[in-house]
Amino acid sequence: MGRVVVDVMPKPEILDPQGKAVAGALPRLGYAQFLSVRQGKRFELEVDGDVTPEVLAAALDAAQTVLSNPVIEDVVRVAALEAHEATDATIGSTGAGL
Amino acid sequence: MRIGVVTFPGTLDDRDAARAVRLAGGEPVPLWHGDADLRGVDAVVLPGGFSYGDYLRAGAISRFAPVMGSIIDAANGGLPVLGICNGFQILCEAHLLPGSMIKNDKLTFVCREQVLAVENAGTAWTRDYAAGEQITVPLKNQDGQFVADERTLDELEGSGRVVVRYREGNPNGSRRDIAGIANAAGNVVGLMPHPEHAVEVGYGPDGADGPRTGTDGLRFFTSVLHGLVG
Repeated sequence: MGRVVVDVMPKPEILDPQGKAVAGALPRLGYAQFLSVRQGKRFELEVDGDVTPEVLAAALDAAQTVLSNPVIEDVVRVAALEAHEATDATIGSTGAGL
Repeated sequence: MRIGVVTFPGTLDDRDAARAVRLAGGEPVPLWHGDADLRGVDAVVLPGGFSYGDYLRAGAISRFAPVMGSIIDAANGGLPVLGICNGFQILCEAHLLPGSMIKNDKLTFVCREQVLAVENAGTAWTRDYAAGEQITVPLKNQDGQFVADERTLDELEGSGRVVVRYREGNPNGSRRDIAGIANAAGNVVGLMPHPEHAVEVGYGPDGADGPRTGTDGLRFFTSVLHGLVG
């Protein structure tokens, strides 16, 4: 079972109201070192079998036509999800992520 | 005159839109998102709501409904189409109108009576207004901040395609106070405020004749009926 990850971010020139709100909250909680926050979306697409170049091409097509709106968003990543990146793994448990 | 009103999963204002069509003198025809048949209607209203829960992006999933394929073809052929609130978002996602809507700048849901200036009284949906006329209709949205790049905004302004503009305060951060726009031909109009909620005395916003007497939204619907008769 392969997985493709698609990351979508608001375009730099588009004000990101959600990221701005998060950026406002962080210093109040003691995280003063983060100057700004932008909030995007991550999709994980599961396929039967390996992530072939054809699968990646289809994922890119879906990312550009459905998963993002080019008026307000950029697709910043379309890639096969490596086993150690799987979101059901506990972050830091293998030492690979942190 | 038969005016189609589309229902998607999560549409909220289809009954109010149908009622507005009836009060304007037209015959509302229910259209279902999963059915590509437009049932021979003379115009279509995409009403407000939260189709598919606004998941992914407002209007992003509805835009691929079977009925939308027929509406896109018909709109490109001149069929009058009005998108209200979520309907406007769907028209943008369907590329029948430029730009897009993002979250309100203050991040809060906004619900209020909104003053608008009708800037283009030549579209299929605004010809019963006078250019420059100010009207008041309800506004209620979460993702109502209209955005587009500067070139697109300049094009919209330069070609008179800004149909209604917010007055007495911009409620959601929309670029250049834009509340509604039209396509180049003027048959497709989208706006965030809700004219269908201001069509009947007793139920609309406060008006000159007293509380709840405002019916400023009705002429969106009479406009298209008069255009079809003409």
